[in-house]
Amino acid sequence: MPKNENIISAVNRALSYALENDKDVFLMGEDIADEEGGGVLKVTHGLSSKYGADRVLSTPISEMAFTGAGVGAAIAGMKPVVEIMLMNFTAVCMDQITNHAAKIRYMSGGQTSVPMVIRTMTGSGFQTGGQHSDFLEAWFCHTPGLKVVMPSNAKDAYGLLLSAINDPDPVIYIEHTASYWNEGEAAEDGELIPIGKANIVKEGNDITLIGYSRSMMEISMVASKLQGEGISCEVIDLRTVSPIDYDTVVKSVKKTGRALIAHEAVKSFGVGAEVSATIQERAFKYLKAPVARVASKDTPVPFAKNLETEFTYALSDIENAVLSCMNYVESDK
Amino acid sequence: MVKLENSILLSIYEKMTRIKMNDERFIAEMSAGRITMPYYSARGQECIPASISVLLNSDDYLVTIYRGIHDMLAKGVPAKLIWAELAGRETGACKGKGGPMHITHPATGCMLTTGIVGAGLPIATGLALSSKMRGDQRVTVTNFGDGASNIGAFHESLNLASVWKLPVIFVCQNNRYAEHTNFAKGTACDSVASRASSYNMPGVQVDGNDPQAVYAAAKAAIERARGGDGPTLIEAMTFRFNGHTMGDAGGYIPEEEYKTAKENDPYPIFRAFLEEASVATAEALNELDEAISLELEEAVRFAYDSPLVDASDVLKDVFA
Ligand SMILES: Cc1ncc(C[n+]2csc(CCOP(=O)(O)OP(=O)(O)O)c2C)c(N)n1
Repeated sequence: MPKNENIISAVNRALSYALENDKDVFLMGEDIADEEGGGVLKVTHGLSSKYGADRVLSTPISEMAFTGAGVGAAIAGMKPVVEIMLMNFTAVCMDQITNHAAKIRYMSGGQTSVPMVIRTMTGSGFQTGGQHSDFLEAWFCHTPGLKVVMPSNAKDAYGLLLSAINDPDPVIYIEHTASYWNEGEAAEDGELIPIGKANIVKEGNDITLIGYSRSMMEISMVASKLQGEGISCEVIDLRTVSPIDYDTVVKSVKKTGRALIAHEAVKSFGVGAEVSATIQERAFKYLKAPVARVASKDTPVPFAKNLETEFTYALSDIENAVLSCMNYVESDK
Repeated sequence: MVKLENSILLSIYEKMTRIKMNDERFIAEMSAGRITMPYYSARGQECIPASISVLLNSDDYLVTIYRGIHDMLAKGVPAKLIWAELAGRETGACKGKGGPMHITHPATGCMLTTGIVGAGLPIATGLALSSKMRGDQRVTVTNFGDGASNIGAFHESLNLASVWKLPVIFVCQNNRYAEHTNFAKGTACDSVASRASSYNMPGVQVDGNDPQAVYAAAKAAIERARGGDGPTLIEAMTFRFNGHTMGDAGGYIPEEEYKTAKENDPYPIFRAFLEEASVATAEALNELDEAISLELEEAVRFAYDSPLVDASDVLKDVFA
């Protein structure tokens, strides 16, 4: 077990642990077996050699068929971990995810369930354009019956993935491409992190900064910088965006009186809107300023480097939003 | 063709009768306003699942569609659980959460009913994958219409099942119409069965109104699946007598086609065959009918006597 590792290694180790310890677990996805290279970013490298190509199955390019096959195997009691190479390609098998995986427990009156994990990755910043870099988590969060997990560091990636595999319901597990190589503390073998529980990364008193996945990098940096300027930020990593751990969020906002949520997904109808609305429902009278939202612009992800940079938020956007929350006065109303 | 054993023929007849009687009663109850539901009658198609299911074990898997109550009854889902489900009762197969388009009953292997055209095929493929991985010798049968063979999921699933040699049988119940669209207008080839050749599996077209023909095709497919040789596509030619859904008078079906189909209604023809071939006397068949009719009465009573689903159940079973 390494002391530090990146997310690629953490995910690989978690999958290996699950394959080793649970005979019902198996993996499916395009090019994931070693004969095909162990995954495009080598996340599954070595697993088919160790556990067999009959448990680490490279599939044809047919997202509908192999995601649906995951659903079928899951209702038979297996625990498939299906990899959709990039998040945009989930669009191809959305029917299997939202009409089937998400609803089968409910529609069957609890008789069958879908203990499946769909692993996928995404992230802007690689100039891959409009069809290869979207954050689509709100699509899934809007479907009751799905859990949506978005880790931001290696330790969480490991523990959340094992929890997702053990979960009796379908879990969408979203990895961030740009964070893949970030080094961090490694989880112990078999260490679990519960789904639906947020993490208070840093305590503070003046404002609650809420993020998940990539935005944890930037809000943590802003929090450190502002600390030096006398602003004390509480930093929360949601880790799971459906269901959201509102108890932790609301408790924090009641303490600080201010909140900001940042994400890489586009702003409209996003997780930020949901978090903001719920804070206002549950902690309105504690708020000293409106809840701030920092997110990407409402456009497809552009190709040109300068446009792509323009598409998503900058560090300074977060900092400025915090400062306007801090400086908000009643008369602005 | 060799005549099947009498006991098998009678078993097929019993299932066909059960399906037909239940269908007629669903329509009667809906017409009387006692049940409200989206209903897709399979009247006319009963021979297909009846003849296949006599070959299946109770733990073999079935995946079917909105027009699939005949498949469910043939596989063994108790009629009373279906009735209670359609009446939205707590005692229904799915506690009233599924309804006619979403019946599940794992105890008889009925794992999924879907309302999305073609979506059952990938899921059946996955059930078959689990059987292959576990070596449990189960086969999976998945039913769908001719229209579904034009959906991407059909093609992806046949390809995947064939590449992986999965024990799954794809059964197209070709009733010649996809909602209101005639087969030839929506399908670029002459038969669904011919599509199997693209996926390197046997594709057989049979007369879906002939129990012996359906039985023979299913037997070969099941043996192939259990023997580890992979999937088969069966296209069973049939017709639906009650339109696409309740209230559809079928104005888009040519007069002549409708008339010919009615003259070839498989149910009375099969019954007459059983008498002529001395498989059973009219009296014996009447007795069988009577027993099924009593079972049906009981199922209807069970449904109406059962309590409605508690409103507080609305949030139950979203998650474990
Ligand atoms: C993906 C999808 N598109 C459209 C529909 C609406 N629809 C329901 S049944 C049907 C016709 C399907 O015909 P076929 O596959 O031949 O089956 P049949 O109803 O004849 O048994 C259509 C278009 C649907 N349920 N799902």
